[in-house]
Amino acid sequence: MNGPSAQMRSGFGKIRPHTIIALVEDRPGVLNRIASKWRQRGFNIESLAVGHSEKPGLSRMTFVVDADTNAEQVVRQLDKLIDVVHIRDVSHEDIVSRELAMVKVKADRETRSHIIDIAEVFKAEVVDVEPDSIIIEATGDENHIDSLVNLLRDYEIIELVRTGRVAMLRGPEVSHPHEEDDEQYERAPGIHTW
Amino acid sequence: MTTDDKLYTGAQMVMESFLREGVDTIFGLPGGANLPLYDVLENGGVGIRPVPEGVVPKEYPIRHYLVKHEQCAAHAADAYARVTGKAGVCYGTSGPGATNLVTGIANAFMDSVPLVCVTGQVISALIGRDGFQEADIQGITIPITKHNELVRNVNEIPRAMQEAFYIATTGRPGPVLVDIPRDVLQHTGKFYWQDKVQLRGYKPYTNGVDRDEVAKAAELIEQAERPIILSGHGVIISHAFAEVRELAEKANIPVITTLLGISGFPGTHPLYLGMPGMHGMYWNNIAISEADLLIGVGMRFDDRVTGRLKDFAPKAKIIHLEIDPAEIGKNVKPDATLRGDAKASLRELNKHVSHKPRERWFSWLDEMRRKHPSIVIRETEEVLPQYVIQQIYEATKGDCYVVTGVGQHQMWAAQYFWYDRPNSFVTSGGLGTMGFEVPAAMGAQVAAPNDTVWSICGDGGFMMTLQELATIAEYRWPIKFAIVNNNVLGMVRQWQELFYKNNLVATPLKNPDFVKLAEAFGILGLRAEKKLDVKPVIETAMSHPGPVVIDFQVKYDENCYPMVPPGASLDETIDQPTYAFEPKRVSDERRKVAVR
Ligand SMILES: Cc1cc2nc3c(=O)[nH]c(=O)nc-3n(C[C@H](O)[C@H](O)[C@H](O)COP(=O)(O)OP(=O)(O)OC[C@H]3O[C@@H](n4cnc5c(N)ncnc54)[C@H](O)[C@@H]3O)c2cc1C
Ligand SMILES: Cc1ncc(C[n+]2csc(CCOP(=O)(O)OP(=O)(O)O)c2C)c(N)n1
Ligand SMILES: [Mg+2]
Repeated sequence: MNGPSAQMRSGFGKIRPHTIIALVEDRPGVLNRIASKWRQRGFNIESLAVGHSEKPGLSRMTFVVDADTNAEQVVRQLDKLIDVVHIRDVSHEDIVSRELAMVKVKADRETRSHIIDIAEVFKAEVVDVEPDSIIIEATGDENHIDSLVNLLRDYEIIELVRTGRVAMLRGPEVSHPHEEDDEQYERAPGIHTW
Repeated sequence: MTTDDKLYTGAQMVMESFLREGVDTIFGLPGGANLPLYDVLENGGVGIRPVPEGVVPKEYPIRHYLVKHEQCAAHAADAYARVTGKAGVCYGTSGPGATNLVTGIANAFMDSVPLVCVTGQVISALIGRDGFQEADIQGITIPITKHNELVRNVNEIPRAMQEAFYIATTGRPGPVLVDIPRDVLQHTGKFYWQDKVQLRGYKPYTNGVDRDEVAKAAELIEQAERPIILSGHGVIISHAFAEVRELAEKANIPVITTLLGISGFPGTHPLYLGMPGMHGMYWNNIAISEADLLIGVGMRFDDRVTGRLKDFAPKAKIIHLEIDPAEIGKNVKPDATLRGDAKASLRELNKHVSHKPRERWFSWLDEMRRKHPSIVIRETEEVLPQYVIQQIYEATKGDCYVVTGVGQHQMWAAQYFWYDRPNSFVTSGGLGTMGFEVPAAMGAQVAAPNDTVWSICGDGGFMMTLQELATIAEYRWPIKFAIVNNNVLGMVRQWQELFYKNNLVATPLKNPDFVKLAEAFGILGLRAEKKLDVKPVIETAMSHPGPVVIDFQVKYDENCYPMVPPGASLDETIDQPTYAFEPKRVSDERRKVAVR
């Protein structure tokens, strides 16, 4: 889960982790097909979030991939998959991105209120309190979550789970426009003449 | 949507889908998991209903050919598809039957060949539980199919089959695999057939040709002084034979074809220059390096074509006519892009080009060809492999289909034969699958039953799939197998000689007696050991009505030139080494000088 090093970022003069969003058929095997393409090119998927979209039968995916500019080639290859309805690299676009984290922290009578204070500062919610532990749920971009997690490290984190990034374009535009049906033409029958 | 009240079993649904798609040929081999598919063949489900309009009724509308190894079912279907332009169909059972198809599927995938592979799967209850002969063939073939599907419900079969044919044959064609568990093949349901396939994630068509790009391309052609057309496999796929020819003749531009583009343009046409690339004509590779415009039509700038990519065509602007958006800009950056079917794009482009003399360009090309003959047949005692190919050409005058294996003989078949019949050259380019020569010849022969099929075989490749001689004998397919027998994995030996200090490890072959072998299958076997034997043996083979296997005993260590060493650029092409005596130039009579 470590982010790319500063050297990697500057080395190529490009932002390495790409945020890619896709509208895909909600069918078995979709994930397998997509993952297979990234694997083939040796790109590591840093995070992946999948869920239903506003369209029935279609899921929306957000994935963050550690890749150089060649990501474009892979995105085009992914676009060719029958199960991928629309795909888009939004790394350079104006997006809102969020992720959700749940952090289970060791907490006793003494530390509990400190932890709750921290949660409040981060607009995080306390979703479970037990005599020896507390679960905090936080939403925000990665930096926000990273900072929260860093502070909570002082109190012994028992378990940490993060959803990975979900992203969406700002403004009224839909990230995956509906494409008009293309005009079809029949390929000429097999005439084998010069 | 159409349906009738009849109940179909899953297997009958597959058959019904085939009839509606106009399938007449299946290559395959049965096993436990796909037996229901065999149970409906040539009885029950087939041929009892009227065949769709436009399909010629036959004794059996669908014929199944029993191969001896599933790899060959896939290759035969592949060649059948290349020759007919329709999807090739093959069957395999679950587990090993399905995995045996894999090489054939990968081969079709690399060369954009439409295949529909139907595999039987273990019964639904056993899937994922290491059932007997279970293999996750859907998972295995994800990277080598255009699409695949495991059908879990009988009612899904017609849709899956309809989509399979649609996906396989439209856009950039490719193989599709449909995996069906045995119980699903036995269940019954109603047959729903859509009027039109609709897939949200698949848009193979474009909205006509981009006029701005056409104008840009026409302008580039108008400006160009040293243009070349690089005609590829896509030209054959889109049947754009006449359109490429029109572009070449109308704008007066010489044509180079990739290995898979061969027979997309007439081989003896004065504007034709042959093949480029690793074993392409020397003059072509230099011409590409000198050209100021390349018009790539239905070709993907493969690394065997471009040589070292960063030094490829340094002076040229590029126009790319390509159907697959992922290919555009993948290897070279085009200056104008006509995305879509080559035929449609060319028709539009051809309206906007005009004749230019380009005299200097043609005389330069001519000079290059004079200085660097590239294809020569030396006077030798031994039988040269090139001589064998050239003699087959002389005997047939190219009026046949030529199928090849992979290796030196394949390159010579590309260099020393002139393909004047559209789409008459069948070879494995992208995957380079040895053993293709035998099953592909079967598929080509089934696709073109009234034509002669010559299979130019490597001795190594022939040994990989020769069990199919039994199939060939059974169906009496009159294929002529010409084994270019150098008793060695020749192409690899050449690399060992040139790049591994002649360390000939694991390349010499101890071959069987191919004549006796043929006879054991009930096939006529012939041998040519001396140069004088070559012609008569070819004539005997041609006059024999059945299949023939010819063992041409050729020189062991002949090298294939010209050659671009691996990693080198096109302008570093090694031409034929100079020989001690004046070689006979094959190029003179055939490839007439293109000065106008
Ligand atoms: C031993 C060996 C040596 C070889 N040496 C050479 C060599 O010296 N020279 C050489 O040229 N090749 C050589 N090859 C072959 C090489 O590896 C490639 O297979 C070949 O060059 C690919 O040709 P292509 O791009 O025309 O065809 P393909 O790889 O089939 O590509 C076809 C292209 O056309 C597009 N297309 C498909 N349909 C349409 C349509 N309807 N309209 C428009 N576009 C369409 C596809 O999207 C694709 O981009 C060799 C192969 C072997 C095994
Ligand atoms: C299935 C497979 N295995 C290995 C190779 C590597 N290979 C390429 S050419 C060649 C030699 C082919 O020998 P042969 O069929 O005798 O043809 P020749 O080159 O001698 O004409 C080999 C082994 C291949 N292309 N395909
Ligand atoms: Mg050999």
